Amino acid sequence: MTRLSWFNVVSLTLGFAFLYIPMIILVIFSFNESKLVTVWAGFSTKWYGELLQNEAFLNAAWVTLKVAVFSSTIATVLGTMAAYVMVRGGRFLGRTLFSGMIYAPLVMPEVITGLSLLLLFIGIGLDRGVLTIVLAHTTFSMCYVSVVVSSRLVTFDRSLEEAALDLGCSPAQAFRLVTLPIIAPAVVAGWLLAFTLSLDDLVIASFTSGPSATTLPIKIFSAVRLGVSPEINALSTIMIGIVTVGVIVASLVSKRNSVRQQQEEQAAARAQ
Amino acid sequence: MNSTVFAPWDDPQEKPLIRFRNVTKRFGDFTAIDNLSLDIYQREFFALLGPSGCGKTTMMRLLAGFDNPTEGRIELSGQNIVPVPPNKRAVNMMFQSYALFPHLSVWDNIAFGLRRDNMPKHDLADRVEEMLKLTRLEKFARRKPHQISGGQRQRVALARSLAKAPKLLLLDEPLGALDKKLRQDTQFELMDIQEKTGTTFVIVTHDQEEAMTVASRVAVMDEGKLIQVATPDRIYENPESVYVADFIGDVNIIEGRASAQGEDTYRIDWAEGQAPLLATSPRPFSDGDTCHLAIRPEKITISADRPEDAANAVQGKVHDIAYLGNLSTYHVELASGAIIKAQTANTRRISRRSFTWEDPVWLSWTATAGVLLAN
Ligand SMILES: Nc1ncnc2c1ncn2[C@@H]1O[C@H](COP(=O)(O)OP(=O)(O)O)[C@@H](O)[C@H]1O
Ligand SMILES: [Mg+2]
Repeated sequence: MTRLSWFNVVSLTLGFAFLYIPMIILVIFSFNESKLVTVWAGFSTKWYGELLQNEAFLNAAWVTLKVAVFSSTIATVLGTMAAYVMVRGGRFLGRTLFSGMIYAPLVMPEVITGLSLLLLFIGIGLDRGVLTIVLAHTTFSMCYVSVVVSSRLVTFDRSLEEAALDLGCSPAQAFRLVTLPIIAPAVVAGWLLAFTLSLDDLVIASFTSGPSATTLPIKIFSAVRLGVSPEINALSTIMIGIVTVGVIVASLVSKRNSVRQQQEEQAAARAQ
Repeated sequence: MNSTVFAPWDDPQEKPLIRFRNVTKRFGDFTAIDNLSLDIYQREFFALLGPSGCGKTTMMRLLAGFDNPTEGRIELSGQNIVPVPPNKRAVNMMFQSYALFPHLSVWDNIAFGLRRDNMPKHDLADRVEEMLKLTRLEKFARRKPHQISGGQRQRVALARSLAKAPKLLLLDEPLGALDKKLRQDTQFELMDIQEKTGTTFVIVTHDQEEAMTVASRVAVMDEGKLIQVATPDRIYENPESVYVADFIGDVNIIEGRASAQGEDTYRIDWAEGQAPLLATSPRPFSDGDTCHLAIRPEKITISADRPEDAANAVQGKVHDIAYLGNLSTYHVELASGAIIKAQTANTRRISRRSFTWEDPVWLSWTATAGVLLAN
């Protein structure tokens, strides 16, 4: 371990303070007894209890979860298929145009994506609700999945697929039995990315949600406009907790995988 | 092989297993395979030899079905296989990169092709065990490809491509990644396996020694064309062109003008003020034709004095000596400035070597030692 110089200690402290002080304050005040968010009146967990009674918030949380699961799953399937065709399809007519069009939504302002989807849904007479949010989220998160998966496919050794064909697989079997298992980590990463994007999207959801279904970010945003309540703090703390646990678990899993792989390789090296 | 020599290519009754008929393959306006016709017979160990980029891999990919010819047809057992997709061909390929499935164990890699044929579980296990035994991989069955050495990986790739008992096995530079010692061992192992299984092998290599060691016939390629197809000894002893002679092994090429001198014997005038050379050739030359005498270094004798009855003898001085352990190659500079290589076996210790740098020496060879080539 190297000792940090005072300069490094100061930069580190400042940087992390900048990042985390707002969140720490939020977490502390979620345990505040008082109804006034800025005045400390002793420790209590009563806002968590009240949160559990709040039907509207619970509904919104449920809708958000459903939307995230469905949209990220559909986006992963579509995004992986698109990436596969873009990387593997050879030089078919209009390939450059298509790959450009897949990535365009990445740089498109969300407001425009949301607005155009809203116009579409009104145009075809689709009632706004869970379905429309799922469709909208699929649309914009699909291109993120496609980017993640195609960057993996570019480095994928083509001869593995040819070997599968050579050994009697149909092209679909070769994809399912060889390509997919090998690119699975990238597909999972794409799914997680799509899930997170859907979870915290506010702009597109507010264009495409209807009175029958609201997502948590919309609910929080509208509640905050009427004044910050300690209940929101409690809700946010729970979300921070979930995200933290998720990040820690993900990094532990990947760390354990790489450690195991290293051990296996060392074992193999010894055996030779 | 009984007492008869294995030479189906000389038997007009024999039906070839593979037939290339005027096959051309173009990538855009680049011609990788140029109007090529070739027959390969059952149980052959056929080697494709040629410099990098001459179209060897392309030939393999045409056979495996990953690419289709632009023109011409390819037949397997008399049937046109051009429209047959790779997964429906009784052909398996061992890839240059091995292409082992990293997520499957050695066992599952070998079983992969058998599972696609829905082989009964019990037969499948038997077949995999048989392949493991053949390639001496029993101990590594449960390992993943990244947990075994390069040589073992190569054997897994071989076992996997052999497991389905294909009519034809394609090996694309299978031993390229191995060091020399391991490569030689594996060459003999391959020949052994080929003999045991009776499969037809087509091997790609750019290593001429490897082709000579393993193959029943060798095809020398250049720029998408076959230059010569023959048995290794014919390729070595009777090359049909300077290109082939030069590509296989070490050779001296002496250019001159031929004139007939008795039956099948020609006089070669090759340099001002030098006595003409004598060489026999079954190929006819007209008087005054340009010809090339190709002669292997080991067929040239080096001596201090002019040998009495040599058909050909030239004088020079030792320019360089390449010591190879068992052999030494002397580079002898002639008066004309040309360099001729002569090889001798080192039967004595190096300290007692008879010639050293700048020594005047005589080189001699018989009239039948070389091959007379037109181009
Ligand atoms: N898919 C392809 N597209 C364009 N050119 C190709 C393709 N595959 C091979 N070639 C060209 O064809 C020639 C022969 O290639 P290859 O058969 O791989 O040579 P090698 O004898 O080294 O195996 C090379 O010049 C190569 O650049
Ligand atoms: Mg090649």
